[in-house]
Amino acid sequence: MSTAVFKPSKSQLADQSDGASNYLNAGFSAKSWLLTVDHKRIAILYLISITLFFFLGGLFAVLIRLELLTPQGDLMQAETYNKMFTMHGIVMIFFFLIPSIPAVLGNFLIPLMIGAKDLAFPRINLLSWYIYSVGGLFTFAAIVFGGVDTGWTFYTPYSSTYSNSNVILVAVGVFITGFSSILTGLNFIVTIHKMRAPGMTWFRLPLFVWAHYATSIIQVLGTPVVTAAIMLIGLERLFGFGIFDPKLGGDPLLFQHLFWFYSHPAVYIMILPGMGVISEVITCFAKKKVFGYSFIAFSSIAIAVLGFLVWGHHMFTSGQSVYTSLVFSILTFLVAVPSAIKVFNWTATLYKGAVSYDAPMLYALGFIGLFTIGGLTGIFLGTLAVDVHVHDTYFVVAHFHYIMVGGAIMAYMAGLHFWWPKITGRLYPEGWARFSALVIFIGFHLTFFPQFIVGYLGMPRRYHVYPEEFQILNVLSTAGATILGVGYLIPLIYFTWSLKSGPKASANPWGAKGLEWEKASSPPSQYNFEKTPVVTEEAYDYEPTIWLK
Amino acid sequence: MNKGFQLFPEQASTLAAQVDYLYFFLIAVSLFFSVLIFFLIYVFAVRYRRKSEQEVPEQIPGLLKLEILWSVIPFLLCMVVFVWGATLYFDTYSPPKDALEYYVVGKQWMWHIQHPTGQREINELHVPTGQPIKLTMATEDVIHSFYIPAFRVKRDVVPGRYTSMWFEATKPGEYHLFCAEYCGTKHSQMRGRVVVMEPADYQNWLSGGVANEPLEVIGEKKFRQLACHTCHVDKPDARGPSLVGVFGEPVRLQNGQTVTVDETYIRESILNPNAKIAAGYRPVMPTFKGQIDEVGLLQITAYIKSLTKE
Ligand code: HEC
Ligand SMILES: [Cu+2]
Ligand SMILES: [Cu+2]
Repeated sequence: MSTAVFKPSKSQLADQSDGASNYLNAGFSAKSWLLTVDHKRIAILYLISITLFFFLGGLFAVLIRLELLTPQGDLMQAETYNKMFTMHGIVMIFFFLIPSIPAVLGNFLIPLMIGAKDLAFPRINLLSWYIYSVGGLFTFAAIVFGGVDTGWTFYTPYSSTYSNSNVILVAVGVFITGFSSILTGLNFIVTIHKMRAPGMTWFRLPLFVWAHYATSIIQVLGTPVVTAAIMLIGLERLFGFGIFDPKLGGDPLLFQHLFWFYSHPAVYIMILPGMGVISEVITCFAKKKVFGYSFIAFSSIAIAVLGFLVWGHHMFTSGQSVYTSLVFSILTFLVAVPSAIKVFNWTATLYKGAVSYDAPMLYALGFIGLFTIGGLTGIFLGTLAVDVHVHDTYFVVAHFHYIMVGGAIMAYMAGLHFWWPKITGRLYPEGWARFSALVIFIGFHLTFFPQFIVGYLGMPRRYHVYPEEFQILNVLSTAGATILGVGYLIPLIYFTWSLKSGPKASANPWGAKGLEWEKASSPPSQYNFEKTPVVTEEAYDYEPTIWLK
Repeated sequence: MNKGFQLFPEQASTLAAQVDYLYFFLIAVSLFFSVLIFFLIYVFAVRYRRKSEQEVPEQIPGLLKLEILWSVIPFLLCMVVFVWGATLYFDTYSPPKDALEYYVVGKQWMWHIQHPTGQREINELHVPTGQPIKLTMATEDVIHSFYIPAFRVKRDVVPGRYTSMWFEATKPGEYHLFCAEYCGTKHSQMRGRVVVMEPADYQNWLSGGVANEPLEVIGEKKFRQLACHTCHVDKPDARGPSLVGVFGEPVRLQNGQTVTVDETYIRESILNPNAKIAAGYRPVMPTFKGQIDEVGLLQITAYIKSLTKE
């Protein structure tokens, strides 16, 4: 380990982790895992499943980038290519990004952070994982039986009438997972309302918890709409109900409204928890109280609420009325402001801090950089006349990968490194972790920055073959993707290695504030705390007295 | 087309430069903010690097004035961009009165284009410079999107309705025409070229092409073929209303409402005649759903448009 790792004291807490009973050694049978109601074990189940889906989705991405190395379609048929990008999107969004931070880190940490023994409904929590897995199996079956080619957006009437791939199977998969997401959201909301430890007032909550609260609201209110929309596609496909296909008397734009009513807020389901992670990591590695606590907290809520009112910005060229577009455009600009507030506050938190650069912090700083670019290019897309040109081009692809990969995944990696010692009781190799952060950062830019350029040049997305003049930029992008892929494999290796061979972690290796660090061992005991903690201070209260024992 | 490596698209319409100005403005604003943020992070990171493990800095909970400042400035900038973008958008989708009208039908996986003078093209669009051109677009199957990057214009073509867009080309040359909305297996091959010509060359091209009948003439033939004329004659006692001079005018409906006759209304009248009944007539018009395709509908529409009162 490098010297930057903080070892506050040889307190009792640290000793507890040796030999003492904890949630990991509470049982070793398969049953003790598969029927567990411990939020921490369920988080691990999610961690394993989403990791599988992440690498599956990543494999599709690699194949897409390989095909695009040349302008002709030489690696695969158009049909196969279309299935690749569709399944890449579906797997990454519904089976990796949406559950990632909430279901793994949120599940593990929310009870610990608020001083509770578990979530409010531990059995429902387990049920969520099973629902997620069943949905995943359906989707996986659809892939094995030939895949689906509608794009993750399922636009009608292509998906409801014209496509002859496994739309129904995938629709059922996505439909089912939706319920898992709703239940997790519900569980978090009730937990945060009802299970806070004495003294843990709303304004003492870590910002991670605020972010998850906002996320849960979206999950509970938004998911049913997309679930319904997908069910309607099924009804139209199977029974010919005329809902979306005009030949049957339906309206194709209705689907787009329903779909984006959920899927725009879904972007915030993916990014808000990441913002929560960043607030935790930045404060810890700057040893500072967060700058503007209430502004960050309320900006999460503002994003969740306003996020529901901007779905029409995906439809500026769809033929919706010009006035409708005006309203959606102005609301889109409004939702940009709270994101800007967060970025400024994080930056200001570093001011006069005591900043160290351990891997979680490198990922967090990477997040700020990439999210800033992603957010600013979102402004381009909210601008009506510019969107007309770049809509459905690689500009959009680049933009949302800056938010999803540059933002959400960077934050997930920051969080995973930050809490790894807490979750597993082991330290990961710091040098390798910093190296991989750097590799990911470089690979990411090389992959996605050229896509802004090729997008403004006019290359449409979802193109299997493309005009020759776009080749150089596509080659750069593919080269970057290779580096990025390596960047993700390195952590997979050293995390796995650290499980057995990593040095044992103390209760609070970073010297961080927060109940999960100060009051629970690493890994935490089965019921989290010896006795219910009592909270007497605000979040991130890095007072000198704590360190000068 | 096939111009080799580029970093910036050509500007070939009146709109292109205007969109690009806005784009450059956005880039400038973005550069300013990202450089500001990256610079601050860098400076703080270096300057306040943790010196010893025991170091605990002075705690600063926040500053209201700063919060207000960095909420209001982005907000105001956003409003400027909003108004700018919205005005341009309005222009993009409001064709001038003197625009020449072309008809486009999208179909898995090709573009069918008809000139007002009757020429038809597949995946090619010849247009003169200096002349506003309006495209009225329909699709036979799924959603497509008509996209000409060099003109900075794009519009989805949606089943069950007409959409339209317009442009005025400024620079002779050949440009890409793409389908931008994913539409199935050969989506990426649903593309072609736009050939922009000086007006004189365009006239030559028109006369050099296969002699085609103008759109409304073909439309009139279809009108007779489908026996529309048996009911729609310009006589007081006809079974159907006269269609002469109705285009662009208001019609009173049986339920008391008034609608303006446009492409969409005509389309609906033919495919789903009982949706809106003209006042004073009985709902005897049969549906022509299945007997006529999008191309035919556009031809008949052109014919009805051409029927003006002398
Ligand atoms: C059997 C007689 C009949 C035939 C054949 C017929 N129509 Fe009609 N059409 C009517 C009647 C009656 C109305 C007015 C009632 C209504 O709106 O349905 C009408 C209304 C219309 C209107 C709306 C006009 C207005 O002022 O509101 C259009 C446009 C039209 N028809 C076009 C056509 C076309 C094109 C065809 C041939 C493809 C056609 N019709 C064939 C009887 C007919
Ligand atoms: Cu959106
Ligand atoms: Cu297409």
